[in-house]
Amino acid sequence: MSVLVVVECDNGEVKKSSLEVASYGSQVAQLLGTTATAIAVGVASEANLGQLGEQGISKVLYDAEPRLKDFVNGAYTKLIAAAAEKEQSQVIVLANSNIGAAVGSRLSVRLKASLATNVVELPKVEGGKFTVRRGAYSGKALSDVVLTSDRKIIAVKKNSIEALHNAGQAATVEQFSAQLTDTDFADAPKQVIMQEQAGGVLLPEADKVVSGGRGMKGPENWYLIEDLAKALHAATACSKPVSDVDWRPHHEHVGQTGITVSPNLYIACGISGAIQHLAGVNSSKVIVVINKDPEAPFFKAADYGIVGDVFDVLPKLTQAVKELG
Amino acid sequence: MKFLVCISNVPDTTTKITFTPDNKEFNKAGVQFVINPWDEYALTRAIELKEAQGSGTVTVINVGEADTEPNIRKALAIGADDAIRVNAKPTDAFFVAEQIAAIAKEGAYDVILMGRESIDYNGSQVHGMVGELLGIPTVAPAMKLDMSGNTATLEREIEGGKEIVEVTTPFVASCQQPMCEPRIPNMRGIMTARTKPLKVVQPVGSDARTEVAEYALPPKKQGVKLIPAENAGELIKLLRNEAKVI
Repeated sequence: MSVLVVVECDNGEVKKSSLEVASYGSQVAQLLGTTATAIAVGVASEANLGQLGEQGISKVLYDAEPRLKDFVNGAYTKLIAAAAEKEQSQVIVLANSNIGAAVGSRLSVRLKASLATNVVELPKVEGGKFTVRRGAYSGKALSDVVLTSDRKIIAVKKNSIEALHNAGQAATVEQFSAQLTDTDFADAPKQVIMQEQAGGVLLPEADKVVSGGRGMKGPENWYLIEDLAKALHAATACSKPVSDVDWRPHHEHVGQTGITVSPNLYIACGISGAIQHLAGVNSSKVIVVINKDPEAPFFKAADYGIVGDVFDVLPKLTQAVKELG
Repeated sequence: MKFLVCISNVPDTTTKITFTPDNKEFNKAGVQFVINPWDEYALTRAIELKEAQGSGTVTVINVGEADTEPNIRKALAIGADDAIRVNAKPTDAFFVAEQIAAIAKEGAYDVILMGRESIDYNGSQVHGMVGELLGIPTVAPAMKLDMSGNTATLEREIEGGKEIVEVTTPFVASCQQPMCEPRIPNMRGIMTARTKPLKVVQPVGSDARTEVAEYALPPKKQGVKLIPAENAGELIKLLRNEAKVI
């Protein structure tokens, strides 16, 4: 028995969300009295994989097959399933990312496992029941779900688990081959196109987000959002009306039918706070609202607020961040 | 080409979520139900592709009890040709996936589409499970879907970018914006929907693998601390020294 965690790597680095996944997995292992092994996907470096010991991982498996550098659903599923068999893993933990959801769902059928996605807390194991808390109703609610199969797969929502540091010694890194064949790469991408990131911070991975709504009055004013985001090392985002009229790309749309984020800091500029938007951000730790309308519903969901004109307030905030150094 | 579009019946996006007194079920009282907004992309794109091909059928499937029929009729009004309702409460993603896989196998559908996730359960599980149960590829989540003969070209969203993927039928895809502009029913559609076939079938034996023990609402905020606009810089100091987030 063991816990298997799936770590996504990019350019040799382990993604931040995967450090959280590794920390989650090692804590589940401790709870169950066993050890946690990681299986790496994407472009990994052995040195960085060894450092997963800091998150409590004792062993890392790594398949050097070059075609695994891009996301391939068939191949990733087979690789992780093979690792789970080798390690006799009862619990498999992955990130609730586009990759995690796509692979986790196939894996759950293949391994006859219970699957919970969007999980926000460590499990409770009591009286033979294994229960996880997950987000539901697009951030408007939480639900406790009992995973009834012997094997369990958990996809952990980003930024909901604190990553551990110094939890253990360096992990051993082992080469592992799942003997993947051409048929496993049937859905391999013909091409991979990465977005230009403002300031290089990816929205789904960001722990700080500066977001703009219709109150920004037009895409030509977005430099105000970008300047503050850059100063804070934050990602930029927007409300649905803004992406609907193409002021900003769809992948920046935060809300019930867009992306759900849970950063440490969410700064909403000129967004009134429709219930659908609030659903996408209400698990953020600290919410700041800047709006000239004191009656904007967003203020009810905020920790800090400024009633004022975004065109006046944003430059002041950017300046104040720069002065902090 | 035969399209199968899976739709889920969900509370309208403006719904304030509450639960039954024992917190075990969603409180449906007074709630307006709609077709899951993500599924609308799947439905409209299937209809567009069928129209472009000049032949084929779009079948809608829903796993739900009789109260989902108004939204199934709505899907027919938007342009689906026929519908199947699997008469069961959709308690668990695996249970739902087994129902869809059984129907898909029986009907030999070429393309199975659904939304990237439902806005109530937010599982994002059914597409992968159906693909795995049928032993066919799943492309999830797809932002673009074009067909040429039986080859599909899709854009799959990954964190920070997209992959261009080619698969041949049969396959499963989960759909999201900006795949198409979801259609709304017109008068003619609403009239013809009334007579389109809606078949009700019984569920296949299945074992759910999860059980909801309890629902809860997220913790409420303490209340907002307002900072005067003329003193906006003060906010940054509070974020560093009090909230400790920067």
